[in-house]
Amino acid sequence: MSSPRAGRARRLLPPGSRRARQRDRDLQQYVVYLAFALILGAFAVILRNDGFLSSANLLNIGRQAAPIAVMAVGMTFALTAAEIDLSVGSVVALSSLVAAEVVTAAGFWAGTLAAVGVGLAAGLVNGLISVKVRIPSFLVTLGMLGVISGVARNMNNLQSYPIRNDRFSAVFGAGSAGPVSSLLIWTVVALVVGHVALRHLRWGRHVLATGANREAANALGIRTDRVRIGALVTSATAAAFAGVLLAGRLAIGRHDLGENDLLTVIAAVVIGGTSLFGGRGSVAGAVVGAAIMAMLNNGLILMGLRVADQMIARGVIIVLAVALSMRERRET
Amino acid sequence: MTASGGRQGQTPGVPALVAKGMSKAFRAVQALEDVSIELRYGRVTALLGDNGAGKSTLVKCLAGVYQPDAGAISIDGVRRAIPTPDAARSLGIETVHQTLAVIDTLDVAANLFLNREYLRGGPIGRRLGLLDHKRMRAECEETLGRLDIRIPSLRRAAGQLSGGQRQAVAIGRAVAWGQRIVLLDEPAAALGVEQTARVLDLIRNLRADGVAVLLITHNMERVIDVCDQAVVLRQGRKTAEVVVGDVTKNDLVAFITGAAASE
Repeated sequence: MSSPRAGRARRLLPPGSRRARQRDRDLQQYVVYLAFALILGAFAVILRNDGFLSSANLLNIGRQAAPIAVMAVGMTFALTAAEIDLSVGSVVALSSLVAAEVVTAAGFWAGTLAAVGVGLAAGLVNGLISVKVRIPSFLVTLGMLGVISGVARNMNNLQSYPIRNDRFSAVFGAGSAGPVSSLLIWTVVALVVGHVALRHLRWGRHVLATGANREAANALGIRTDRVRIGALVTSATAAAFAGVLLAGRLAIGRHDLGENDLLTVIAAVVIGGTSLFGGRGSVAGAVVGAAIMAMLNNGLILMGLRVADQMIARGVIIVLAVALSMRERRET
Repeated sequence: MTASGGRQGQTPGVPALVAKGMSKAFRAVQALEDVSIELRYGRVTALLGDNGAGKSTLVKCLAGVYQPDAGAISIDGVRRAIPTPDAARSLGIETVHQTLAVIDTLDVAANLFLNREYLRGGPIGRRLGLLDHKRMRAECEETLGRLDIRIPSLRRAAGQLSGGQRQAVAIGRAVAWGQRIVLLDEPAAALGVEQTARVLDLIRNLRADGVAVLLITHNMERVIDVCDQAVVLRQGRKTAEVVVGDVTKNDLVAFITGAAASE
């Protein structure tokens, strides 16, 4: 609190004072945008000769960010409701495989709906078990991660399942409307739907209240059980849709799609200003957080870092993000 | 229902809520045993007792948070079940719980309208639950103004308000909805002198409006100040029920500590 770097403004406002806290919170909202600008700027300078800012590369970053962003929007609801969904990566994989098989067997609509249905079902199971059996969602979704991953591995004997459906590929990933990639369009759709749901719908407000203080929300008559189940369904359904986007872009379904995305998604959401402990969430922040994670990934590769070093760098950033979230918690 | 309109109160002195034979056990602990209480319109009833006497348990039973193991509740002479907090609210009972007063991360207007949000956007908007932010902010401002509750900014998160302001918002929520029965669990605990005075003013206003008020407190001055009658609990049982004008502060303390009993 009283580090020498804290500077003059700190000393004018005593640490912990109401106004100081207010100012910290205002800053907190913009940390993610500031971080985005800083990292973009840093890579633009460091990698100026490696084509970081080329439109092809920026498009590439956008394509990588899209599924993460969609998952992050869903995860925002889980975390805001003071739950967590560790099963998202496995849902992505199963959804991509179901999409591949059903699109091939029964066409575009059936395949898409079946894939999204995977998310709905997984979310319902997560939510019902954690709420009705009173097991923390952390444990339930950890178990589901194993179950769903196993089912996905069994589905096509660890082989990728090719999707030969032009419409599916065009709508979810490979195609574009004019110069705008369909992935970008879907990301914006997720952003707008998620933002409106959290900030402008009664349900979103009840998610915030439930996550902040479940007992108080209960005492006011909010049906917190249903809110929590809904938050976990939202998270898993968004993950399933991310699976559809990945399947569309790569034109395959595969058991390991999304497998390594869990920490990236949580980092994106937390960097975006959502509290890891519930009660505070930002959908826009989560999407920008996803862009940051994709940009880091891309920049670290262009810098020539080995996979191992990329993992270290990403891990450090996740710890920093969580540290920020904890700090915010203590101030409340 | 409207936040600003007042369908408050009935004829003063008429029983609003009558609870009889209320019992509640938590595993082996009998928190409440055969307690009866009567709240009247335009009267403030103090609920007194030491820590663990069962005061909060009784309030939670009346507020639909807990289900009593035994007992009957009538409102306006009609027997009612209160299975949920929602049911309590729709019967005209509003509660300010000791520790559950406001949601820290929501702003003042959001807190005031929590689970009673105004919606807009026609049938589709209503179906989706589209919030009418503008109307809620405007009515929040009006309601707080009417109650003379001063909050620096309605957009500020409740967690950033002072203890007195938070409590005022919680009480404002109870009052704003024109409820006829208001249960207050230690509304002035942890408040400063001036803030406490403001809360007491709010309670007097409720009384004047004909609202039936139940007030849990540890402060005997407050009982003498604003309450008409007092019910004393001790170890889950009712040990005294008195008209406040008939007793002294010392009598009340004696009832609470078990040094005397009125029945």
